[in-house]
Amino acid sequence: MPNNKEKFIPKSLYPLKTKRIITLSLVAVLGFYLISSITTESFIINFFMKIGNITDLIGRFFPVDWSFAGAVWEKLFETIHMAIISTTVATLISIPFCLLTASNITTNKYLYNSMRFILNIIRTIPDIVLAVVFVGLFGIGVFPGIIALIVFAIGILVKLLSETIESIDMNPSEAIKASGGNALQTIWFAVMPQVLPQFISFSLYVFEINIRASVVLGLVGAGGVGQLINSQINFLNYPAVSTIVLIIFAVVVIIDYISGKLREGLV
Amino acid sequence: MKANIPSKPIDRKKITKRVISIIVIAAIYIWTFTSVNIKWDTIFSMRTIENFDRIIPKFFNPAFEETPTILEMMLETVFIAYTGSFTAAIIAIPLSFLCASNIVKNKFLNTIGMWILGAVRAFPEIILAIIFVAAVGPNPFAGVLAISIGSTGMLGKLYSEVIESIDMNIIESLESSGANKLQILFYGIFPQVLPEFLSYAIYRFEIDVRASSVLGVVGAGGIGTLITFAYLNRNWEEVGMILLAIIVVVTIIDQISGYIRKRLV
Repeated sequence: MPNNKEKFIPKSLYPLKTKRIITLSLVAVLGFYLISSITTESFIINFFMKIGNITDLIGRFFPVDWSFAGAVWEKLFETIHMAIISTTVATLISIPFCLLTASNITTNKYLYNSMRFILNIIRTIPDIVLAVVFVGLFGIGVFPGIIALIVFAIGILVKLLSETIESIDMNPSEAIKASGGNALQTIWFAVMPQVLPQFISFSLYVFEINIRASVVLGLVGAGGVGQLINSQINFLNYPAVSTIVLIIFAVVVIIDYISGKLREGLV
Repeated sequence: MKANIPSKPIDRKKITKRVISIIVIAAIYIWTFTSVNIKWDTIFSMRTIENFDRIIPKFFNPAFEETPTILEMMLETVFIAYTGSFTAAIIAIPLSFLCASNIVKNKFLNTIGMWILGAVRAFPEIILAIIFVAAVGPNPFAGVLAISIGSTGMLGKLYSEVIESIDMNIIESLESSGANKLQILFYGIFPQVLPEFLSYAIYRFEIDVRASSVLGVVGAGGIGTLITFAYLNRNWEEVGMILLAIIVVVTIIDQISGYIRKRLV
């Protein structure tokens, strides 16, 4: 009886509703991509049309002009100094703020929410825009760059640190409170020992971010090596640009290595 | 009375490491503070105070009449970020498989992949944007190229970490039942990694919106173009309005993407 034995067709792995949602979102994602790639003139065809220009330009960056290297060091050290100072100051400033934005330390809901709101706003402002504003206020130089980096770093650092503080074990601080410790003692003896390793590691991480950020602040007149890149590009002096870029690359790699080792040594 | 507690073991290696670290840090600080030149006398001068009085009130009095132009440029910024992230999310997939040591067993290829991603990550988007503006001219396309290359570095690294953490038993069982490489990829690897890939891609889109909002400073399209004009004209009301637009749009995108990411993973 072959008719009785109907062919078994396995059902799809996913229910129909999920499939529909997935298809719809895929269409939306691709549709938005089409719209945006056409309006920004970056449709794939465009890429193949311009690829000649790009390879042509890359050719002009070589050979690297090493005689320019001497002019780079001074500005590059300025960049590193900016990053070091701003990271240090930002770390110190962010300590009280991250205690205020941790929900288990700051139990006052209004204070906690308003602090969170302010820091969320600070984090949305890009570093270069901050630099533009501070250059307008203080004039061209290293100082506005440092201030911009401090504000920028506080945004990141407070977010990372407050999340660490929120995840700590609260039993030690309860024990200290129960035996009569005040708020400062609780923070010092119960919170600090638990978060200090992450604190150091996040500061070094922010330092690496700051090095990268301070490279570009010079574009708007806030000191550092970015100014040099901009001027050399404007002079169409491409071999010099590739010297600067290669030196920056090497220095960033070395700094990442050193800060990794420091993290190991300290934590 | 002192109990017979054995003294704490001394870890000499750890102590030397710590001492060296502290000496290095102290040296770095001394070098920094002796050689940085900040012109304190020009910063703490009457001019700065005048600047404060002149500029800060203008920030809080944004130029609302510019809203249509600013919104249009902000939309272009979002488009640049979206196209860039989308491209990067796709380019990063093959690179991340190259880096993942549990898929590509060749150590040499892993290292090459890591080097490519590391090299790309070392350059800030805006430096890439300068180079691409020189190559393809000052238009949004240069911004898209800069964002897509800049994002590939980070996404590739995150993706490869995801791939390295997958459950290999599933792949082994597929292999033993005779699946070929493509089938293993589609039925063994992709279902495990796709949600996290998507989540990282959306997270990167958040970062890219911020990054692309400044690319215009070097001529690569987006709202940054307006920032430069307003800043050069000392039109601080407009700078205030642009800041407001960036804050609002970035916050909205962060909220939406946070919601989607929570549902994905």
